[in-house]
Amino acid sequence: MHEIRRFEGECHRLFAQGLVRGSTHLCDGQEAVVVGAARALRAGDTMSCTYRGHGAVLAMGAPLDRTFGEILGKADGLCGGKGGSMHLTDMTVGAIGSFAVVGAHLPISVGAAFAARYRATGAVSLCFFGDGATNIGAFHEALNLAAVWSLPVVFVCENNLYGEYSPLAWTTPVERLADRVGAYDMRAERVDGNDVLAVHDAVARARGLDGPTFIEALTYRQRGHSRSDPAAYRPAGELERWLERDPILLHERALAGAGVPRERLAEIAGEAARAVGEALERALAYPDPDPASRFEHVFA
Amino acid sequence: MTETTYREAVNRAIAAELEADDDVFLLGEDVAAAGGVFKTTEGLQARFGAHRVLDTPISEQAIVGTAIGAAVQGLRPLAEIMFADFAGVCFDQIANQLAKYRYMTGGQVRLPVTIRLANGAGTGFAAQHSQPVENWFLNVPGLKLVTPATPADAYALLRAAIRDPDPVLFFEHKGLLNVKGPLGDGPGELGRAEVVRRGDAVTVVATQLMRHRALEAATVLAAEGIEVELIDPRTLVPFDLDTVRASVERTNRVVVVQEASFAGSWGATLAASLTMEAFESLDAPPAVVGGDDTPIPYAGVLEDAWLPDVGRIAEAIRHTVGF
Repeated sequence: MHEIRRFEGECHRLFAQGLVRGSTHLCDGQEAVVVGAARALRAGDTMSCTYRGHGAVLAMGAPLDRTFGEILGKADGLCGGKGGSMHLTDMTVGAIGSFAVVGAHLPISVGAAFAARYRATGAVSLCFFGDGATNIGAFHEALNLAAVWSLPVVFVCENNLYGEYSPLAWTTPVERLADRVGAYDMRAERVDGNDVLAVHDAVARARGLDGPTFIEALTYRQRGHSRSDPAAYRPAGELERWLERDPILLHERALAGAGVPRERLAEIAGEAARAVGEALERALAYPDPDPASRFEHVFA
Repeated sequence: MTETTYREAVNRAIAAELEADDDVFLLGEDVAAAGGVFKTTEGLQARFGAHRVLDTPISEQAIVGTAIGAAVQGLRPLAEIMFADFAGVCFDQIANQLAKYRYMTGGQVRLPVTIRLANGAGTGFAAQHSQPVENWFLNVPGLKLVTPATPADAYALLRAAIRDPDPVLFFEHKGLLNVKGPLGDGPGELGRAEVVRRGDAVTVVATQLMRHRALEAATVLAAEGIEVELIDPRTLVPFDLDTVRASVERTNRVVVVQEASFAGSWGATLAASLTMEAFESLDAPPAVVGGDDTPIPYAGVLEDAWLPDVGRIAEAIRHTVGF
């Protein structure tokens, strides 16, 4: 979680320096969801996520330097500079894609689960998406098919209370998104998405059962939707209340309560900062892609 | 030689690939128990089992998305979109996900997905079940587009499509399902045009139903002393421009016959390509015969008037030859 927080901080800075193109969608405040869920997976499981996916891909084990490299558009980035911030993919760790059309990857995650069952591998397909995705058609088609075919998908809805710039209540008639999946006769669970162990345990439970599960992880996007959004629409005091429930803070408090010395916690944070700093230095030194490489990978 | 229908050719091609490769599976609306609304998949579930031939809900986004996810994990999905017009429902999955996935990941994944779509006008299904929609995808890099006109091509090219490592949209023309012809043996090759008829007066390029009508028009014109060279590109992407250009360099005239209306179509693109690349060979402006610039109407007299017929095609060819 420290690494992801540091990583996102660096991305914020790199964007301000003009080293990141287009836009970035940072996941500060939502680290516990992706880390808790990814840690409940086994080798062979897959994960698909959204354009706010830096943390999810890193949580799966993608290397920090090549992930930075992709966001910087470098030749040695995860995707050779063809994907960027919104399309981070590392097949070697099961991070099968970051998708930038809201909800579009839910059917794709169902396909990954179909393949697992077709070949009887026992793998599950973990799928992260936001609260906003529950209003798009692909969400409903995907949940329906996963349910009717009883496929091993763990749908994790990161309910961060905002769909882009709009608060959930303006766009969605139910407050509990887990209630939506009753229509698909699917197991549904609501967890504290800022409690990394609660998320882990929920995904681990889902992983051990047949068929699909829907987990609504309640969390909070500490920054705006994208780099161009100062999030001025938030009610006064909301951010401050959520910062008191920051997932890193909560977990450090829990670890300290369990007897982990403060020095060790500081050391973990320091190691993360160092690893991120060193990875960024390496990534900044990567060469740019050869312009001719743009013609590669259209077809196999 | 025994003759097989286009419908049966499609069925046999799917069966051959299900037989050849355990990673191939078929999914779509009513493809399994019912055998498909056009009966192209009849008997396949009984032969290959419910785990390989699957009925889906009426959910085109889920059908294509599931095919994509399964392909990324190493399977070789064959998805059916019942009527090609329904590609509009899952346009995002095809144009933004399927076509771009490999590229966005820097080549980390392969997408050996084939999508079969029942395409084309002339059968009285009205505007939302009749449009030849292959042109919707012409401007989406990353997709291969196959438009077979004969049972032999339906068989050989569907087998090639399923074996292909890339996304292929395979358009089965509803008006050709009962056309009979011989079948070849194995899979064909995508991206190779067929010279259907030799001639020296004019090059005519046509696919699917229009290929058959253009051939009839060529017979009419032969009686008038106009020898048409008819070429069926068979695949629109990749497009065998070399074969067409070589013919045009000999005949110095070209007429494209397509079902769709002009704007943004493969025929318009071909006319532009030949104008740019073979300008000095042309003795007449390239012509494109196509459907009118309206949705496809229902009533028989209206649809018959909409769709280019033999008379209209022959007249366009005479005009180009006499230019």
